[in-house]
Amino acid sequence: MATATVAATAPLSNGFLLRRGPNEGAKSARGLQWTKNHRQSPSSRRFGAAVITAKFDLKPPPYPLNALEPHMSANTLSFHWGKHHRAYVDNLNKQIVGTELEAKSLEDIVIQTYNNGDLLPPFNNAAQIWNHDFFWESMKPGGGGKPSGELLKLIERDFGSFEKLCEELRAAAATQFGSGWAWLAFNPRPSDGKELLVVKSPNAVNPLVLGYIPLLTIDVWENRRPDYISIFMEKLVSWDAVSAKLEVAKAQAA
Amino acid sequence: MAFRALLTRRTLAAASGLGPNGGVATSFRGLQTFSLPDLPYDYGALQPAISGEIMQLHHQKHHQAYVTNYNKALEQLHDAMSKGDAPAVVKLQSAIKFNGGGHVNHSIFWKNLAPIQAGGGEPPKGSLGWAIDNNFGSVDALVQKMNAEGAALQGSGWVWLGVDKELKKLVVETTSNQDPLVTKGPSLVPLIGIDVWEHAYYLQYKNVRPDYLKNIWKVINWKYASEVYEKECP
Repeated sequence: MATATVAATAPLSNGFLLRRGPNEGAKSARGLQWTKNHRQSPSSRRFGAAVITAKFDLKPPPYPLNALEPHMSANTLSFHWGKHHRAYVDNLNKQIVGTELEAKSLEDIVIQTYNNGDLLPPFNNAAQIWNHDFFWESMKPGGGGKPSGELLKLIERDFGSFEKLCEELRAAAATQFGSGWAWLAFNPRPSDGKELLVVKSPNAVNPLVLGYIPLLTIDVWENRRPDYISIFMEKLVSWDAVSAKLEVAKAQAA
Repeated sequence: MAFRALLTRRTLAAASGLGPNGGVATSFRGLQTFSLPDLPYDYGALQPAISGEIMQLHHQKHHQAYVTNYNKALEQLHDAMSKGDAPAVVKLQSAIKFNGGGHVNHSIFWKNLAPIQAGGGEPPKGSLGWAIDNNFGSVDALVQKMNAEGAALQGSGWVWLGVDKELKKLVVETTSNQDPLVTKGPSLVPLIGIDVWEHAYYLQYKNVRPDYLKNIWKVINWKYASEVYEKECP
């Protein structure tokens, strides 16, 4: 799934046998890391004199660029993904080369460079890569409709009804001034018992840095049509993807 | 110039006899509403630096939306204040800052631009020119600095050339979203503001903000900037 271009200066034969399991993973820069939410996966390992590092690649959306038409045009996708998203990837790679961040997963870079709100330079690029990967995954051809199963149960428990959730999402999306995102997120440690919540965030910030697990996002950067949010909710949103992420989130929280 | 259309009912209220010493018992506090200022040039007059399509959308849609929402927020504020509803008053502040700021900033922006035939792009002379040389070395150096800061701004915002009217110094600043320059310092007066929201350039320059910044200087109205400067630093 994730593709990493690996530049190795020594034989790889022993490198990958030592890959650790999904939920382990030393966070040290020296160990191979493989966390469940990996998308681009750079890995770095000191093995004798060889250091394997990998750059981030631009991950394509999980559908062809014209698959969301007529609701989101191929032109929009090709610009948004092909230029903007690509630019974040190129710029992050330039920023992390030769630094300890080179060896980290994208999520780790996001959290580390968020630096408790005192943003370090790579944050904008790293977080925007993460956010856009997530955004493409939040949509699918023939999307829309209603969630079901466990997800619907939790929505009804924490929001009262699916309609209330939609209202809150729309309100968040409509009131995020300037550039940003609206999210449905999972709180693994809720003080009020509500695990699901709607969050809005400016620019590159995302709920990961708040300790939440994102389930769904809507890009609400300012160049949007007024009916965009409705179209997103009615025709594009992938509740399957949200359900899948909820599964993972609950497993991680347990 | 453009501000002539801004305040409408204030003049009406003044004319209705409620002067400064109008101690009438049943005082009526007229609510000022704001309106979209006219551009002192045609939408197409700044081409090719800024396309006519952008100018029209920027003025008629974006700026108009700020004006409309600013008026709405002010009305709600007026309401909340007369009811003494403190939480509502506080809650409205962000809408006022955003939309009011949008109106203030864009009103300045239209005056910061001029067609080439009307002097757009002509470098500043007189006291502003000297002040720029003193503070930044040259107009070119200032432009490079503003372009660098404008390009680096993350998300939406503005890049400004301002004058600190207390210290009589020129400054380059950026603000996010629609925050006016004064939010960076109470004595800062804007001379030139460049909108780096995507709506200001995307249709023409796509995501290449640096190209937009390079080109906008061809239509920057230095005459207006000089006038403002000379008023603050006579």
